[in-house]
Amino acid sequence: MKPDQLLRPMPAGLYCPAGDFYIDPVRPVARALITHGHSDHARAGHGAVLATRETLDIMGIRYGEDFCGSMQAADFGERIDLNGVTVSFHPAGHVLGSAQIAVEKDGLRIVASGDYKRGADPTCTAYEPVPCDVFITEATFGLPVFHHPEPKAEMGKLLTSLRQFPERSHLVGAYSLGKSQRVIRLLRDCGYDAPIYIHGSLARLCDYYVSRGIDLGDLRPATLEKGDPTDFRGAVIVGPPSAFADRWARRFNEPLIAFASGWMMVRQRAKQGGVELPLVISDHCDWPEVTETIRELAPSEVWVTHGREEALVRWCELAGVPARPLHLVGYEDEGD
Amino acid sequence: MRAFATLLDRLVLTPARNGKLKLLADYFRDTPDPDRGYGLAAIAGTLDLKSVKPALLRELVLERMDEVLFRYSYDYVGDLAETIALVWDQERKERVPDEAQPRLSSVVTRMNALGRTEVRSAVRDLLDRLDPSARFAFIKLATGGLRIGVSARLAKQALAEFSGMDVTEIETLWHGLAPPYEPLFAWLEGRTERPVLATPAIFHSVMLANPVGEGDLDTLDPADFAAEWKWDGIRVQMSSAGATRRLYSRSGDDISAAFPDVLEAINFEGVVDGELLVGGTARTNSPTRTFSDLQQRLNRKTVNAKMLDEYPAFVRAYDVLFDGEEDVRPESFVARRARLGHLIETAPHDRFDLSPLVPFASWQELETIRREPPDPVIEGVMIKRLDSPYQAGRMKGPWFKWKRDPYNVDAVMMYAQRGHGKRSSYYSDFTFGVWTEGPDGDMLVPVGKAYFGFTDAELEVLDRFVRNNTTERFGPVRAVRAEPAYGFVLEVAFEGINRSTRHKSGVAMRFPRIARLRQDKLPADADRLETLMAMVEAKEA
Repeated sequence: MKPDQLLRPMPAGLYCPAGDFYIDPVRPVARALITHGHSDHARAGHGAVLATRETLDIMGIRYGEDFCGSMQAADFGERIDLNGVTVSFHPAGHVLGSAQIAVEKDGLRIVASGDYKRGADPTCTAYEPVPCDVFITEATFGLPVFHHPEPKAEMGKLLTSLRQFPERSHLVGAYSLGKSQRVIRLLRDCGYDAPIYIHGSLARLCDYYVSRGIDLGDLRPATLEKGDPTDFRGAVIVGPPSAFADRWARRFNEPLIAFASGWMMVRQRAKQGGVELPLVISDHCDWPEVTETIRELAPSEVWVTHGREEALVRWCELAGVPARPLHLVGYEDEGD
Repeated sequence: MRAFATLLDRLVLTPARNGKLKLLADYFRDTPDPDRGYGLAAIAGTLDLKSVKPALLRELVLERMDEVLFRYSYDYVGDLAETIALVWDQERKERVPDEAQPRLSSVVTRMNALGRTEVRSAVRDLLDRLDPSARFAFIKLATGGLRIGVSARLAKQALAEFSGMDVTEIETLWHGLAPPYEPLFAWLEGRTERPVLATPAIFHSVMLANPVGEGDLDTLDPADFAAEWKWDGIRVQMSSAGATRRLYSRSGDDISAAFPDVLEAINFEGVVDGELLVGGTARTNSPTRTFSDLQQRLNRKTVNAKMLDEYPAFVRAYDVLFDGEEDVRPESFVARRARLGHLIETAPHDRFDLSPLVPFASWQELETIRREPPDPVIEGVMIKRLDSPYQAGRMKGPWFKWKRDPYNVDAVMMYAQRGHGKRSSYYSDFTFGVWTEGPDGDMLVPVGKAYFGFTDAELEVLDRFVRNNTTERFGPVRAVRAEPAYGFVLEVAFEGINRSTRHKSGVAMRFPRIARLRQDKLPADADRLETLMAMVEAKEA
């Protein structure tokens, strides 16, 4: 069997004709396998959904309990048969519940890795390499400019700023699923034990992380009922970056805008976004991670999706690994 | 290098002045000599570092990576220094401990000691040993492309903040000292006496005036003051001692290279304060030309013969700080003025003249004179106490400036952009336009942009209007409704107006600001481009 008979790009997403299922489809389909809960990968309205327990829970939180016709939870490593095609889920290290999906038939194995990273992250299960014939990799940060620094050193910048500017409210932009909880956990690991204030949109996901055993410490809502802005003097407030351009942000004292994202590696991106304190913390692979992963797995072929496909394909070409871009549409980097 | 790189990274993204001061003061406090002195020099623009050509850096990076991958990276990042800083490490690299990185002072000394053939390998070695952020700082310093939005003045203000010394004291010393400024820091930290300066042809901080405020003149006796015209050029200081002659801007930047015509004509010794203008002196009976003509000569590193011929520069003298070697700053304005008269009398007629005094008997009379100046290049009057010594800085009392009233137009808000820092959740930068005849009838043409002049309460009103009347979005910019019968009229005040080939409207305003919100007016009542053109023509006539 040829690889593109087993999995092929279709307008709705990656499709397996033999098993009649899609992986991370961008429009409603009869059967969907979902790698993780970010909204560009996990959408509502499918018939049957197969994903990890956490991903199903997160979809339920985001879209309501009736987000699909029927759901089935997959354990990591469990082999599930779908019309003669074997699928299995393996940790991807991206956010809580994130998985790579291995698809096998007739001795051919393709791994769709979804979004993944190799760096340590106490809020999710670490990535596991899965040997395969075809490795499908993201390329969100697939350019040689991206080298994510050590997350704790980045957090150190925030702690330094809190000491230097104790009167200012530090607003840390972080996407609501994954990044926010990781940032909070990192702050705790750096010894920050003061209350952390969170935007309303994070509350349920933070509660869920806590229920899964990830201690986030003292979290409080960043709401101001009849108080005054000085209540948040010197406080850390975590919220989605979009909220900081909104009227919501006016309640804080001389806000200092930080943003935790891999994109903060490039100064101009920080500047355009009005970010004063960029924190390069990413839930995706940086350039060395993605190239090391390809070397380690040594697949006979690499398929590249969303991101900087052309650079990674070029690298594979130089490394002698056959590679091609998949040109899937509809995946943005919500998670970073 | 680490501390300096971190400082740069923060300064570039910190819009607020107080934030920058805090970051700088902390850096000066926490960084040892001589690194902090070189850091100060880099920020204040006084650092001398052997330069590295961008072509060499490109060659070095292509030694270690594929050209296609480099091109993709450069296309994405858009800045050569930053691209190289980021792609330099091809493989994963352990974090370089701060103490293992080369110090800023050692980078400077090493670079400046290199022979021409040693540059390539030394730069390669430094790039290897620095982390990405320090690498970026190093490349920017070595290629001369450091832009951080911090003036020399602000750096000195930070020195004052960190030491508790007066910034005027620092200014007075500044131009006599050189990097890495160890005697300066020693004095600022109270470890030694104030440094003694050797060379006299240095910049001395200038005396500045306060604007005349409501009722300021009421209690003052006109007989105690002299008045002179305030010319619309740039304030300069000429310094001449022995063979050394210098021309400095008001902030102490050395602009000698751009004005050889003025510099070569200096035949006196001392330090003179005046206005740099273009055209002919009063002593040659030729007219003084406008600020836009002067602009042709500003911000140039060198100047060609054609420019010198078409835009001849001269200095209209206001004051004297040193007469020969004698410091005359403690003398009265009257006494200094007498000395200045003698000095200019024997100076070349075509390059120097004396700013004439304007006789007046009462404030009322001066007000009348101010409103109708005899020359279009006059922007108001200066009022100076006859007995005032020359004091650096902006003291309230001895000197006042009484400017011509600003121009005013009613314009229509067309676009709004989100502000920065404290204002990042507000639409606070406004592009405004006036009416002009278009192909399909009247249309608005943008004539300027303003982001101050309004109160916090007014900003709430403006922001609400923008949010409720957005028609299009372009990133952080929104277009707003602006129709004859619906929109927001802004009264815009500005100091001057010139022709411009760069703007679609053909005019450019100086210092525009929002004077008032005219919610009582409809956009149809706003001014027309012809009104602005008439202002330009009146000025040129």
